[in-house]
Amino acid sequence: MSGVNTTMVGARGIGRIRQVAPTIVFGVAFLALWESAVRGFDLKPYFLAAPTKIFEQFFKNYSRIWEASMVSGGNAFVGLVVGTVFGIAMSFILSRYRFLGELITPLAIALNAIPIFVLVAVLNNMYSITSEIPRRVMVTLVVYFIVLVNVAKGLTQVRSTHVELMRSYAASEFAILRKVRVPNAVPYLFTALKVAAPASVITAFVSEYFGGLQNGLGSRITSNIANSKNAAAWAYVLGACLLGLAFYTVSIIVETVTRKGETK
Amino acid sequence: MSALEVVGVSKIFNQGTPKQVDALVDVNLTVNPSEFVSLIGPSGCGKSTLLRLIANLLEPTSGAVSVNKKTAAQARLDQDYGMAFQQAGLFDWRTVSKNIELPLELKGWDKTKREARAKEMLELVKLPEFADLYPWQLSGGMQQRIAIARALAAHPPLLLMDEPFGALDEMTREYMQGELLRICGETATTVVFVTHSIPEAVYLSNRVIVMSPRPGRITSVIDVDLGSKRNEDTRAADGFFRSITAVREALRGTHAEHASANAIRGVEDR
Repeated sequence: MSGVNTTMVGARGIGRIRQVAPTIVFGVAFLALWESAVRGFDLKPYFLAAPTKIFEQFFKNYSRIWEASMVSGGNAFVGLVVGTVFGIAMSFILSRYRFLGELITPLAIALNAIPIFVLVAVLNNMYSITSEIPRRVMVTLVVYFIVLVNVAKGLTQVRSTHVELMRSYAASEFAILRKVRVPNAVPYLFTALKVAAPASVITAFVSEYFGGLQNGLGSRITSNIANSKNAAAWAYVLGACLLGLAFYTVSIIVETVTRKGETK
Repeated sequence: MSALEVVGVSKIFNQGTPKQVDALVDVNLTVNPSEFVSLIGPSGCGKSTLLRLIANLLEPTSGAVSVNKKTAAQARLDQDYGMAFQQAGLFDWRTVSKNIELPLELKGWDKTKREARAKEMLELVKLPEFADLYPWQLSGGMQQRIAIARALAAHPPLLLMDEPFGALDEMTREYMQGELLRICGETATTVVFVTHSIPEAVYLSNRVIVMSPRPGRITSVIDVDLGSKRNEDTRAADGFFRSITAVREALRGTHAEHASANAIRGVEDR
């Protein structure tokens, strides 16, 4: 019995390795190519830093990158939570009162059309220079629209069979909301979060380019480039990548745990 | 006493506008308890509309529907009927058992009672081992059996079905027809069944109601005399073919204005 189990686990392990192996091989090969291009063509550090130098800088500045990540990541997290809460709340209101949706949708589209980052500059003027609020507001705005659009879709685009079925049970509008619309919107919420989580990180550190406190990943990248410390700047970029990945991974884990068994 | 009574019912959509559609005109129908009645006819004949009027999902423009001597609205509030559609319409986020429990939840039953009933219904549709699976893990035919179990969970005296087997393959379909007859026989449920298939209507029904479009109305009623015990042999019996021919001829009559026998669109011969 245990023999069968071991074989099965072994087979699954091999399958898993087969799955990820091409990705790892490709990644390593890409880094090797990069490294050899920098060495072979004798590219100057200010033009392109070699991966080995970047990793060296990354481990040398590890604690500073960690601190900066906490600042940018903290801003992203606060914005993500607040934006999600507001987005969900608004989507409920819009799905309940359709006419509001018709009023607000064109406005939302118009807002999305403007390069939203310029708002940070305006927000920086509104608050003190040492405030994290403008960046958090910025992240909140970006997340808010992503969540709003998706969750509102999930609440309204329910299958007609489901609604007819609920009406045949003489279910109230509230019961239909609770038992059909909300569960139907859950996958839409997670789709939104998978987009919003990395977007919140990007927004948090791009917002740092527009002034304010110089303590996050974005501002560290700028200042290192300004000081021609190219490899160090790349090390912070690596930190930013890892932070974005971390946010994305957490959103997937939360989804997997919440919707266990429901889908393939 | 009749299980269902439809008296002088008409349904006109967009009344008084250029887009006016006379979906049903002066429909009369009485269904007896435990009777199995099929509604058949080409697309646009109003058979689904009639089913939704009985279910009180639509209000008639004129006339009255009564289920168990109650108004259709009261019957809906009391969950006096169960309903099944072409799509099983199971909720992806609920287990099979929780899907069956849904109508009972809305009736305010407590958990123990609900679970006991769901178990009983799963036995009835012969899928007791599937209680904790999710709908995507089931085949189309199994999903439709769960939908039937859900429709009958509250033990309603009347079952309304809108082409429930329309999306199934032929073999599954015939198996499901046999299962439906068995289940309705065991539970003494009255059934109103909308279908596009002549053999399906004949095999299942005590009476086949033939309908015609523009305006939607009942054109003939055909009694099917195949006895109460029907099985696979029934499909080879003379009476089965006689009834199929009778229904087919009645359907042809609904297209008399086309003067062509092959004009029966939307009705399957299989």
